Amino acid sequence: MKIHIKNGHLIDPKNNIDAKKDVFIVAGKITGIDQCPDGFVANQTIDATGLIVAPGFVDLSARLREPGSAHHANLKSELRAAAAGGITSLACPPDTNPILDEPGLVEMLKHRAKLLNLAHVYPLGALTRKLEGKLLTEMCALTEAGCVGFSQADVSMTDTQVLWRAFEYAATFGYTIFLRAEDYYLAKEGVAHDGEIASRLGLKGIPAAAEGLAIASILRIAHATNTRVHLCRLSTAEGVDLVRQAKQQGVQVTADVSAQHCHLTDHDIGYFNAHANLKPPLRSMRDKNALCLGLKDGTIDAICSDHTPVDDDAKLLPFAEAEAGATGLELLLPLALKWAVDNQASLFDAVAKITSQPAKILAITGGHLSLHADADIAIFNPTLEWTVTASQFKSQGKNTPFLGLAMLGRTQTTLLHGQITYQHS
Amino acid sequence: MRNLQLDADGKLKHLLTIEGLPKKILTQILDSAETFVGVAERDIKKVPLLRGKTVCNIFFENSTRTRTTFEIAAKRLSADVINLNVGTSSQSKGETILDTVDNLIAMHADMFVVRHSQSGAVHFIAQHMPENISIINAGDGRHAHPTQGLLDVFTVRRYKPDMHNLRVALVGDVLHSRVARSEIHALTTLGVPEVRVIAPKTLLPADVGKLGVQVFHDMKAGLKDVDVVMMLRLQNERMTGALLPSAQEYFKTFGLTQEKLSYAKPDAIVMHPGPMNRGVEIDSSVADGSQSVILPQVTYGIAVRMAVMAILGGGA
Repeated sequence: MKIHIKNGHLIDPKNNIDAKKDVFIVAGKITGIDQCPDGFVANQTIDATGLIVAPGFVDLSARLREPGSAHHANLKSELRAAAAGGITSLACPPDTNPILDEPGLVEMLKHRAKLLNLAHVYPLGALTRKLEGKLLTEMCALTEAGCVGFSQADVSMTDTQVLWRAFEYAATFGYTIFLRAEDYYLAKEGVAHDGEIASRLGLKGIPAAAEGLAIASILRIAHATNTRVHLCRLSTAEGVDLVRQAKQQGVQVTADVSAQHCHLTDHDIGYFNAHANLKPPLRSMRDKNALCLGLKDGTIDAICSDHTPVDDDAKLLPFAEAEAGATGLELLLPLALKWAVDNQASLFDAVAKITSQPAKILAITGGHLSLHADADIAIFNPTLEWTVTASQFKSQGKNTPFLGLAMLGRTQTTLLHGQITYQHS
Repeated sequence: MRNLQLDADGKLKHLLTIEGLPKKILTQILDSAETFVGVAERDIKKVPLLRGKTVCNIFFENSTRTRTTFEIAAKRLSADVINLNVGTSSQSKGETILDTVDNLIAMHADMFVVRHSQSGAVHFIAQHMPENISIINAGDGRHAHPTQGLLDVFTVRRYKPDMHNLRVALVGDVLHSRVARSEIHALTTLGVPEVRVIAPKTLLPADVGKLGVQVFHDMKAGLKDVDVVMMLRLQNERMTGALLPSAQEYFKTFGLTQEKLSYAKPDAIVMHPGPMNRGVEIDSSVADGSQSVILPQVTYGIAVRMAVMAILGGGA
């Protein structure tokens, strides 16, 4: 199969390309950029006039709900959603049921994803068995099975000795640890940012310091054990400051923010809107602004979807009882673009935050359009306006605080290994 | 976002929280309550305003006092009353709130009085109600207890009619108190210029000042020259969560005694939403003293609840 993507504007941050260039694909690989390879005769031509051609997007956090939570979603529904969102590689946290702490489970997940052939799935293995924070998992075996890093998902580590040893062990083999930093005790039973809104609504708050405290100890341990750590979904201004300082001091740390947190604050809870029940909680305007600036100055490396499909019943509950999370795969692109527009960043920067940067964090091969690379490509219209409705989501999860809002930018065509996995009609 | 509590004409549709309600509506309720105070003093304590209507008390969280006052209020308006103590029983059987509520809607009640332990649960139920049913929040989590807030300002207005010239202090566990939140909103909406909260830092919610109150951590300073002292109930479990060391120390620092009350204006009134913990947040000599208006609060509670029901039922 030979494909010619013509007349598109190519943005490939890793190779520093931001120009009108054609792309030529043969047998799932990129064989030409701007220059037609010798003897190339296209079987298929994709006209990308007025569109952006970018590496397929890379998502650092997408819950696929397999194994174990079919009522929320399944692999097929969520990988179709990924394709519809232009995402070709994604990392999934280990908090499935059962938890991804054994190689067999990881192999099964990888195998099922491969059969579907809609996106590359990169599992994050559990850092501790059953995420209980007590015993280490078999990290080498899990890596062989396909894990690209180790994580505690949303479960905080309380035992700093176990954390220290987990870091040392991971560092032994050069593995990266992915942690969402939140002090267990300060966050206990909390459902909203501890501020004016939570006080008005009578919701139990999680102070911003819960994140800062946890980040401080994680960074201290990462520094002392010389371990590479990725901080997932920062939510506070003080978190951004701590990461900025640590980077200046040479700690091997990277960080991401969820697409939701780039745009929403605790005010968006409104009258107890359960769709705005997220982990970490939506925080103040000051925090949101700091996150957006942190993205811009490079303190925060990537934007993730934090995709968490939740079925209607689990959201049809009073705010604190509703399950946290939002569907996100199909909103990652427009929300990243909106970040750029709102913060005077470039389209190039927005694309980097969802391609080359997350790929580098995961140390995977995707996220760029170099010669001979896999033809994982997202072609999108950056100016197409559309309105978020539940029915258009391919994801089984229809839950998002952005329902009813206008978005700018939409994926038109997604290719995985040079095969079209999504075509917007 | 639409204010669920008001209909398209700006009339009260549900009573969920004081916050966001216009002063005009609060005044309408208080004025209407004045007319109902007299009803209780008559031989025949009934008016026919809600005859033929059904009021359903749904208490997901147990309560005897509040439920009883709602029941009396509804009966004095000639409504039929159904009491349902859902407690946690239906929920533990796997029934969701909406299942429970759908069942009750099918019984054709006209008004639901709802209490629930989760903040926002009553808003949630109101969002899923058919047009013809009104909801009264009888307390949701830490969020709101609007009829208590209204009866408290009703009491204040009766004793201190010039609301624009008052200093009011709320004392105690504001953090966990839906009553405190409703009192604050009711007082500020009605134009009370100075509302204070007095409590240790462990019992105040974050950024409480942004609710329009002045914050004090000392009774002497906080009670100085106030016209109204509103005490809040202190639950015993606050001692176990490391919020306070002991009831004794709390009483010593924040319990209302005659001595501490002397910092307030000589004609200051003392209020408490009940049930009281004597010797913890309030000394008996104050609770039963000449400045206490705690029992009148209970009486007025029925009148205020009658007013709310009559207005929601279209009869006032």
